[in-house]
Amino acid sequence: METLTYFLPQVWFGILALFLFLYVMLDGFDLGVGILSLTASNEERRGILMTSLSNIWDANETWLVLMGGGLFGAFPLAYGTILNALYIPILLMVFGLIFRAVAFEFREQAKRKLFWNFAFGAGSFLAALGQGFALGGVLKGINVDQAGHFIGTTWDWLSWQTILVALTLIQGYVLIGSNYLIWKTTGELQETHYKTAKIAAVTTLIGAILITITTPIFYEYARERLFHRPLVYVFAAIPLLGVLLISLLIRSLFRKEERAPFIWTILLFLLTFIGLAMVVFPYIIPTQITIYEAAADPSALVFMIILIGALIPVMLFYNIYQYIVFRGKVTGGHYGE
Amino acid sequence: MEFLSDTVVLSRMQFALTAIFHMLWPVLSTGMAIYLVIVEGVWLKTRNPDYYYHARFWSKLYLLNFGVGVATGIPMEFQFGTNWAPFSEAVGNFFGSVIGFEASWAFMLEAAFLGIMVFGWERVHPIIHFISTILVATGANLSTLWILTASSWMQTPTGGEMVNGKFIVHDYFQAIFNPFMAVSVSHMFIATLETSLFVIGGISAWYILNNRQSAFFSKAFKIALAAAIAVAPLQIYIGHLSAEQVYYYQPSKLAAMEAQWDTIPGGQSANWSIVALPNEKAEKNDWEIAIPNGLGYILELKQKLSAPVRGLKEWKPEDRPHLVGLIYYSFRIMVGIGFLLAGLMLWSTLQWLRGKLSPENIAQQRWLMRAWIFAAPLGYIAVDSGWIVRCVGRQPWTVYGLLRTADSASHVPATNVLVSLIGFAVTYSILFIGYLYFGSRIIRRGPRLDLPMPGMETKPAVETTPGQFVPDERPVEAQQ
Repeated sequence: METLTYFLPQVWFGILALFLFLYVMLDGFDLGVGILSLTASNEERRGILMTSLSNIWDANETWLVLMGGGLFGAFPLAYGTILNALYIPILLMVFGLIFRAVAFEFREQAKRKLFWNFAFGAGSFLAALGQGFALGGVLKGINVDQAGHFIGTTWDWLSWQTILVALTLIQGYVLIGSNYLIWKTTGELQETHYKTAKIAAVTTLIGAILITITTPIFYEYARERLFHRPLVYVFAAIPLLGVLLISLLIRSLFRKEERAPFIWTILLFLLTFIGLAMVVFPYIIPTQITIYEAAADPSALVFMIILIGALIPVMLFYNIYQYIVFRGKVTGGHYGE
Repeated sequence: MEFLSDTVVLSRMQFALTAIFHMLWPVLSTGMAIYLVIVEGVWLKTRNPDYYYHARFWSKLYLLNFGVGVATGIPMEFQFGTNWAPFSEAVGNFFGSVIGFEASWAFMLEAAFLGIMVFGWERVHPIIHFISTILVATGANLSTLWILTASSWMQTPTGGEMVNGKFIVHDYFQAIFNPFMAVSVSHMFIATLETSLFVIGGISAWYILNNRQSAFFSKAFKIALAAAIAVAPLQIYIGHLSAEQVYYYQPSKLAAMEAQWDTIPGGQSANWSIVALPNEKAEKNDWEIAIPNGLGYILELKQKLSAPVRGLKEWKPEDRPHLVGLIYYSFRIMVGIGFLLAGLMLWSTLQWLRGKLSPENIAQQRWLMRAWIFAAPLGYIAVDSGWIVRCVGRQPWTVYGLLRTADSASHVPATNVLVSLIGFAVTYSILFIGYLYFGSRIIRRGPRLDLPMPGMETKPAVETTPGQFVPDERPVEAQQ
């Protein structure tokens, strides 16, 4: 039983990390395309951008709902405390997602598309910004009392480090969004996004370097974790691998490869994710609440493994199937019918 | 304006606003999904192109509706954390898990296959498409199952106990199949069907009334009517079962639904009031119009009550629901609409039996068609009224008898909640107007009857349009 109270929260930490990763990857390119749509030069291009997402955006967004539900069930304390502390970033995200979602359906029906174009792009940006601040806010740590309840103030999550995290995340989304468009489009549109991908690769790299340097300097817990043997070797490997992946990415962009940039970006995301998870684990709110303290009752965790965990392969299967059905380049800018 | 600085009140207002608004969309996306399965199935069976165009036409409205549903559903989930953190912590073990099941069993299925259902006509085999439509409908209805299971558990929390302020589940089976679960799920399932049927019927009636493709839309109208014959009376019966459960498990809610201040002892008969002006300060109704001996007939189908009906005064003011007038009238609106729709169904069935609904005659049924158009939004009003009875009547508890609403709210500065509340009010107004505007545009445009039919017949693998002869324009010397 004693091992169970350690093992189960770890399993759920893994499952939630998987959900979060899938979300950041899938809705990442989704939101990235949304942000890029703000720069699209004409209606037709914007139409193609939105067509490339029309059939998948809701499934992508569902990973967020799943992540939320999983966190609520598996780590109720963390769910309450984190969302309570991050009231403003979460609502920024929520409002961003609302406008973005309805813009999809309303724009297609509208004669004058200007407002919904803006709602789509700005909504995507706002959602990404909210997520960036939320991530930054959690990494920064949340002020809690003995019982793990939030006791900080409204603007605790805002600092120049969290701004850095938010901006970098937005750059990352633009990067993966550009690479998705390289994959899904042709001609001039593809050319444009080779350019945006190159720019985003550089800005993401700068952000990543700054975060990698500043995190151990300003967060003691991260410093302890990073320079603790034998993990230090792993942590040393992550930036090196990151540099390797970025150079492979940039090379593939210059060679005008179509799929490789997207895949290298996903690997970059994965690497970042592993790095972050290793810094944070076993905390769910760094240095305040561990996954063991925040976890639901073991019986609830087992119950959820049976009813959610068992479905993960099925969900992955039909999500992949959906991408197979809609494989190939997007050409038309009319996604309603 | 004292409430402007009360976080709990503001959080409740925000939850009420977002829940009432969100509820409008899943109603159609669960009920109409079943209708889409039916028309597509009929098309596959009969190969009558009309049914194919029905599937195409209604799925446009479906998609628009779904978009708003997703947009308004996400705030619901996150609100549990942002505004109700103590609640989330206390009930995460069960309630949180169920929210997770909804996402993984229901929403994911619906969202993933919706893309194929709407955009995949030319990309997959018709049978695969049909399966996708069925899976969308399955996902949507599984949502009803899980959300109503969670909500029922908040009404009748069984299967565990509160230990140090947290609900620990002993028996998940018991918690899922809590006393309210079966009836509540059925009541909501039928409500989504009934609302959708009258929306589909009402829109079809509009076309018929305007002499636009009357024959085409009389098909949809008849499917809706045929289903309503079964659904409308059934809903009245399930509603009755639901009220009996409230009488048994939540007497304080029943007292508020009936604005009953004093206990009626068993063995007596009591009046059932139709209109009243409840006065919470004086703990009485200032005036009322009542049907003599009505209550006994309503609850037990006999004149005298076998058990006492407890009045609101039996509970201390802090232990009983407030806003009695709201609960009282919401209940009456819901019940009234239920009977109204059943009546409309009877009238229509009568005309059908008299042969007045044939494609040639149906356009002459002008008043019947007008009644259906009028009835289209009623289901939504009934559904939201029902939710108001259910949730306001549960007060002062979030989890009935275990956790108070006052102890469930996050400690967020009131200003934050006020700002987000205003944000939701403004945003949702835009969404509502946008939906009505664009929805009516889809309806005014009407169905497209020139869409390519995805056939099972084999298409030539190579396009056989004859190529044009292009003369070789190179100089003769180079043509070797």
